Amino acid sequence: MAQLFQMKPPTKMNISFKINGKAHSVDTDGDAPLLWVIRDVLDLKGTKFGCGKAACGACTIHVDGEAVRSCSFAAKFAEGKEITTIEGLGNAENPHPVQQAWIEEIVPQCGYCQPGFMMATAALIDKNPSPTDEDIDDNIINICRCGTYYRMRKAIHRAAELKNSTTSNS
Amino acid sequence: MKRIKTWLLFSPLLVAGIMVIGNPGSGTEPPHKTAELTTPDEAFDVMMQVLTHKRCVNCHPADNYPRQGEDSHKHLFGVERGVANAGMAATNCNTCHQDENNNYSGVPGAPEWSLAPLSMAWQGLTKYEIARSMLDRNKNGNRSLEELEHHLTEHALVLWAFEPGVNAEGIPREKPPVSKEDYITAVKEWIEHGAVVPDETTN
Repeated sequence: MAQLFQMKPPTKMNISFKINGKAHSVDTDGDAPLLWVIRDVLDLKGTKFGCGKAACGACTIHVDGEAVRSCSFAAKFAEGKEITTIEGLGNAENPHPVQQAWIEEIVPQCGYCQPGFMMATAALIDKNPSPTDEDIDDNIINICRCGTYYRMRKAIHRAAELKNSTTSNS
Repeated sequence: MKRIKTWLLFSPLLVAGIMVIGNPGSGTEPPHKTAELTTPDEAFDVMMQVLTHKRCVNCHPADNYPRQGEDSHKHLFGVERGVANAGMAATNCNTCHQDENNNYSGVPGAPEWSLAPLSMAWQGLTKYEIARSMLDRNKNGNRSLEELEHHLTEHALVLWAFEPGVNAEGIPREKPPVSKEDYITAVKEWIEHGAVVPDETTN
């Protein structure tokens, strides 16, 4: 028989971290998902709520350079960490290679899940500068209900090319 | 209509009866019966009730796919072992699993969340085969008996089995059928008596 349980009462705590290079200190329930802090406290709306159970990847961010599903990452674990969201990946004047590739390949349809995909891709090409199709299948396991996977695959390869050319030119 | 009214009358009692409110799993604690352990073979059986439970075996697969859930299905989304037993380069165990259970998402967590190496595959083995594998230093990560006892009784990832949290629907995960205290007592007793694997033909 299904049993219900009651969440612990929120325990407010002060948490300090850097997000997109800027230091922040927030008073929040330490167990609250970092996603909620990012969206509702810091008003950074690029990171999306999808499933809330770390299944779809729409909420993917970077914590100290590692891809993390922020709906399943307690805010208290952000203490002292460097967080990057889609807003910090690049900007219109200086897009990250992943963002540039996404524009070139016209990847998004509805667009909702794309920030998560881009963050996951940025983490992948940081670790694997030239991912194969198999590497992409193994690492990019987010979900897109519009089915933009075909264009995403092209964009991921293109992003790797752009990043490698940037690296070799610098 | 009368039947509906009768049902409505008793519905608050029904709801109260089915709801167990408290910390995850608080209503499903296995009975504590340490005092009843008398022989090393009995200690072995108590220990193996835990080590053959899905909370342990799900992360000791015989292939490259973690298992999950009460039915031990392959981990969703094609999650794989990876080279270091912790997933792939950019999408690894810690992409979703942190150092503790997350009751908001229902994602389980403990320090060093990862699969046991393939040499420690338990899936499909009998309790006797698992025990022999555990004692084999070529398979157990070259652990001495003392190190094995430490691993089995103090390693946070192993003891997570007794605090497995809730799933995404808020339903507590099933725990092993014996308490943590009984399990630890049993492991220590079994090892103290020489870690003898009972003869499976007589058990």
